[in-house]
Amino acid sequence: MSDLPKQPEGLVYLTVTQALKGLRAGDFSSRELTAAYLKRIEEHNPRLNAYLYVAGESAMKAATKADKQRAKGRKTKSKLPLLLGLPLAVKDVLTVAGMPATAGSRILEGFVPTYNATAVQRLLDGGVVILGKTNTDEFAMGSSTENSAYGVARNPWDEERVPGGSSGGSAAAVAAGLAPVALGTDTGGSVRQPAALCGLTGLKTTYGRVSRYGLIAFGSSLDTVGVLARTAQDAATILGVMAGFDPRDATTLESAAPKIKLSGKFELKGLKIGVPKEYFIEGLQPEVEQAVRAGIAQLATLGAKISEISLPHTEYALPVYYIIAPAEASANLARFDGVRYGLRVPEDKLFDMFTHTRGQGFGPEVKRRVMIGTYALSAGYYDAYYGQAQKVRTLIRGDFERAFEQVDLIAAPATPNSAFRIGAHSGNPLDMYLEDVFTLPANLAGVPGLALPAGFDSQGLPLSLQLIGPHFSEERLLQVAHAYQQITDWHTVTSSAAMDAQQ
Amino acid sequence: MPLSRADVEHIANLARLHLTEEEKERYREQLSNILDHISKLQELDTSNVQPMSSVVVEQARLRQDEPGPAMPRQDLLSDAPDVADDQFRVPPVLGGPP
Repeated sequence: MSDLPKQPEGLVYLTVTQALKGLRAGDFSSRELTAAYLKRIEEHNPRLNAYLYVAGESAMKAATKADKQRAKGRKTKSKLPLLLGLPLAVKDVLTVAGMPATAGSRILEGFVPTYNATAVQRLLDGGVVILGKTNTDEFAMGSSTENSAYGVARNPWDEERVPGGSSGGSAAAVAAGLAPVALGTDTGGSVRQPAALCGLTGLKTTYGRVSRYGLIAFGSSLDTVGVLARTAQDAATILGVMAGFDPRDATTLESAAPKIKLSGKFELKGLKIGVPKEYFIEGLQPEVEQAVRAGIAQLATLGAKISEISLPHTEYALPVYYIIAPAEASANLARFDGVRYGLRVPEDKLFDMFTHTRGQGFGPEVKRRVMIGTYALSAGYYDAYYGQAQKVRTLIRGDFERAFEQVDLIAAPATPNSAFRIGAHSGNPLDMYLEDVFTLPANLAGVPGLALPAGFDSQGLPLSLQLIGPHFSEERLLQVAHAYQQITDWHTVTSSAAMDAQQ
Repeated sequence: MPLSRADVEHIANLARLHLTEEEKERYREQLSNILDHISKLQELDTSNVQPMSSVVVEQARLRQDEPGPAMPRQDLLSDAPDVADDQFRVPPVLGGPP
């Protein structure tokens, strides 16, 4: 293990690249690696609440199988799956056959799906060992995991603060060394914002890149599956295995399977990066702006050409999102009716069974959004709300199309601030919605985005830089992020010392 | 534009949500605030703009309608709260209990 970094926790802070290298070299087995994570989960998850379900027994079984397969493969010199024996955590809105899927909601308590989401199936075919299901805001609606029906997840950098959301459990798990990498989903920022708040590299994929089959639907024209990782290289490795056309999701494209090879000597010479002036607004934490500006300057030292651009309809992204996402959610969540799965509140009549099951099964934020969406789609209001939002969405997509005629990538803040305290936004739902003001536009346009570590604020909390690219530009995004991570070391700082200090 | 209590009851009924009296009042206030915020969209003139329902609508394609294997019935029934004779059982649609 000579070239592996020295660390007090042993294996748990390895990158995917390091872990796979160690497994291949025989430095450690998948059983040893998996057991190290399970031990650390046992130790820290009771406080962090990053996992809602830990697959201890099945994970060890899968690890044993992976070790046997590797031993056999060595003898017969046969080709082994790329990720053989790699532990991974899955956000609890994606189905894994035989593991509970709650989506952070009481209404799905006890639901055990019998099939794998396509992204999960491809990773299993690629050899991963699933450690468990991670905490999320209910139906992925939120930016802090405070909307989880199973309690808030905590940010390992400061346990009094949120890890972001909705993929906050996945972010907390990777940041705390409870998983080397995790799947998340991003409908309005739910991969990038928690990655930003936990000091991780978070990739939101292009809409149509990764199958949504087996993803418990929130906003079907916005939902994407993404990765929370320590490095751009790790995100690229996972993306390469899970992406691509799926006959079960008609919105995936034939061309969606990426072949991503990241080069360490990537030159940014000639790369044009645009900085949208509308993203540097009042209320942006000054340290966030400093970190973002410093990150952009670093990219300039690699040869990138920086210019200011305009995305003129940015201020309308939040109202558009808070019509379209709830409208789609109100339709998607109609399926939770107490008939086929999950909670049923017994009532004498069918109608009352529906309303009481949903009234008791859904939490406050889900009810708010279902009602907003129902209202926006209802007779007499459809054109003024939903129709108008769809038109303004066209204008927002147009902003990006025009920007990408001028520049190759956009660099901006991922979040207005570093991790906030648990309860800080509990008074007013609109305050929480503002957390996603810099991430929502990419979902409306369907383009990929990436949050990457870019520093720390005066309280020791991670800061982040967001890169946004045109449709299906993940390779470019990851390559630029990889180049950035060759000349910076923010992504190598783990929360280990911060966690020890809080004990 | 503030919502009335009757508006909230109407929306909750459409959404099949039972709300307590306390919830009705709280959501009346919160939904009014949210609608107030999103009404910002009305200030844009979009008379010449096409609505956008999906980012991949241009690439959408049809597939052959061929029958394939379905999920096993017992698998699907295994998660249901109430099952009888290989079917989902629900309370009566009309009238009271039998």
